[in-house]
Amino acid sequence: MVATSKVQHPATGKARRNGPAARRRRRPADARKIMGGIRPYLFLAPFMISFFIFTIVPIGYAIWLSLFRVQLIGGRQFAGFSNYAAVFRQPAFWSGVLRVSVLGVVQVPVMLGLALFFALVFDTIVVGRAGAIYRVIYFVPYAVPGVISALMWGYLYDNQLSPFDAMMHGAHLGSPDFLSPGLLLPAIGNLETWQFVGYNMIVLYVALQAIPPEVRQAAIVDGASLRHIWLRINVPLVRTGLLLTTVMSIIGTLQMFTEPDVLMGFTPSVTSSYTPNLMIYSVAFNEQNLNYAAALSLVLGVITIVVIVGVLIVNNRRRGMRI
Amino acid sequence: MTAVRIPVSREPRGGRPSAGGRRDRHDRNARTWYYRCYGIGPAKRAGAHLVAVAFAAYILVPLFWIALASTKTNQNIVTSFGFWFAAPFHLWDNLTAVMDYQNGLFPRWILNSLLYAGSSGVLATVVAALAGFAFAKLEFRWRRPIMALIIGAVAIPSTALVVPLYLFISYSHLVNTPLAVILPSLGNAFGAFLTYIYVQASVPSALLDAARVDGASELRIFWRIGVPIMLPGCVTVLLFVVVGVWNNFFLPLLVFNDPRLYPVTVGLAQWNASIAGGSGQQILYSLLVTGSLLSMIPTVAAFLILQRYWRQGLALGSLAGE
Repeated sequence: MVATSKVQHPATGKARRNGPAARRRRRPADARKIMGGIRPYLFLAPFMISFFIFTIVPIGYAIWLSLFRVQLIGGRQFAGFSNYAAVFRQPAFWSGVLRVSVLGVVQVPVMLGLALFFALVFDTIVVGRAGAIYRVIYFVPYAVPGVISALMWGYLYDNQLSPFDAMMHGAHLGSPDFLSPGLLLPAIGNLETWQFVGYNMIVLYVALQAIPPEVRQAAIVDGASLRHIWLRINVPLVRTGLLLTTVMSIIGTLQMFTEPDVLMGFTPSVTSSYTPNLMIYSVAFNEQNLNYAAALSLVLGVITIVVIVGVLIVNNRRRGMRI
Repeated sequence: MTAVRIPVSREPRGGRPSAGGRRDRHDRNARTWYYRCYGIGPAKRAGAHLVAVAFAAYILVPLFWIALASTKTNQNIVTSFGFWFAAPFHLWDNLTAVMDYQNGLFPRWILNSLLYAGSSGVLATVVAALAGFAFAKLEFRWRRPIMALIIGAVAIPSTALVVPLYLFISYSHLVNTPLAVILPSLGNAFGAFLTYIYVQASVPSALLDAARVDGASELRIFWRIGVPIMLPGCVTVLLFVVVGVWNNFFLPLLVFNDPRLYPVTVGLAQWNASIAGGSGQQILYSLLVTGSLLSMIPTVAAFLILQRYWRQGLALGSLAGE
């Protein structure tokens, strides 16, 4: 026993503790239990602390702020839910919500339809090196900062700079103002589609690639056509990917800020309450009403969560009906 | 009854022909075979290529325009045809102009972006790696509830948090300090989840147990065994955090009001807004166009060079929805 109490480890050359504790450690099941105590929490601490301080605390602080109001006389006063009541009485906020909802209802399906179509094409028809090149090209806009893509499309829309304008003028088609109030929403929709279609396409493509080849081989044996394989096998099997991209696109649309903010520099059609987040920004900075801005941002957050939960419920119900 | 030949064993990996390499001839045979199985004729293939090329053109149009515009004089950006060159070739002059404008504000913005994105990326990756490793390989009492919290947090839209975050940051007097954009990116739930999945799939528990038997401390095990194996997963997290912070606009717009602290996205947006204000319109187009081109190069290059990692990130990320 004395001889084994100090054993040189062959690799590190360091002395290894031995005895009853070591004997217990040799059993793997026990080895994991020994790991209990404080150490796992030390591994987690940096994450949990920063997550708590910069996610949970700000939400709590915003809720607290939204319950007060600052007045010229009397300073800060408890206001109960009056800030929320004011949100519901503010037509500009709700017309902004309506505007981004209309945009989302049209743009998200178009974008995801394109993304799904190209994911299917690259999964089955255009494969190999050519497909890889296309996929990289389609993904590039995702790496471009949102501000820069808004600037680029802003130039392409701008009456003074737009080469499209010059081309259409040359073809005697008149010169449409892409940034006029009527065309602004489609223009923003195009910008969003350009930016995110490749990202969504890759998410769906990766999901398609994860389908075991045997599934499709079986379908081929049964004489399924390409169309059948696409619609009956591939699309149902990437359902999760579609759900994920739908939810993320809805969040992006409801919370839209960067694109309309940058386009403000090109056209007066973008008002300071064009999207809900633009309005919250102007309430916080131009009106310096932080309490009201907190209430607005919380209401917008709740709307976002409600819409997402709605999408998930519809998805679950449909899945239930099919099975 | 027609005989159907099924490409079982001759199919390259994944059931699809792979690109290039030394098995090219084999692949070409497999590809013909494969198309026959799916019933995809040459017409269908040509059509698919045509649609794909057309869409690639749509994607490239703005990039093409801005690359051309950065080689033009300010005058030519307005007057010449946007989709072709116009003499004189002004790229070098534009580059020096954008670097010198307002006493070198633009290079400062680029350095700020590098600082914010770089330090956020490194710190967030370390934090996420520690947490992911603990979730995957350590036993502790609150593991399940904390995991559930993290998975729930992945679903919190980060843009929805910006305004509450700004209110809290201004309360804690962090406005106009780099910490205001670096610290909020550290508690990245997606990063922790990604490393968790990666560690679980790649780091064998037996290896860790062996090290424990040899008396190595947990931190040493993490550093000497865990990190080398999970490094590709860490690069993925690093890539997504760096690109996310570099491209972010809303949060830095709120927390900085000193132009010398702006990241490049906020700086360019402010230059653009000052055009609308009518000041300096004559100079600014070429500056903005050249600045925009420069500011997207790092992130686009990072994604092109690290393709393997973002594809992996998206594959793992889609597991989050499962």
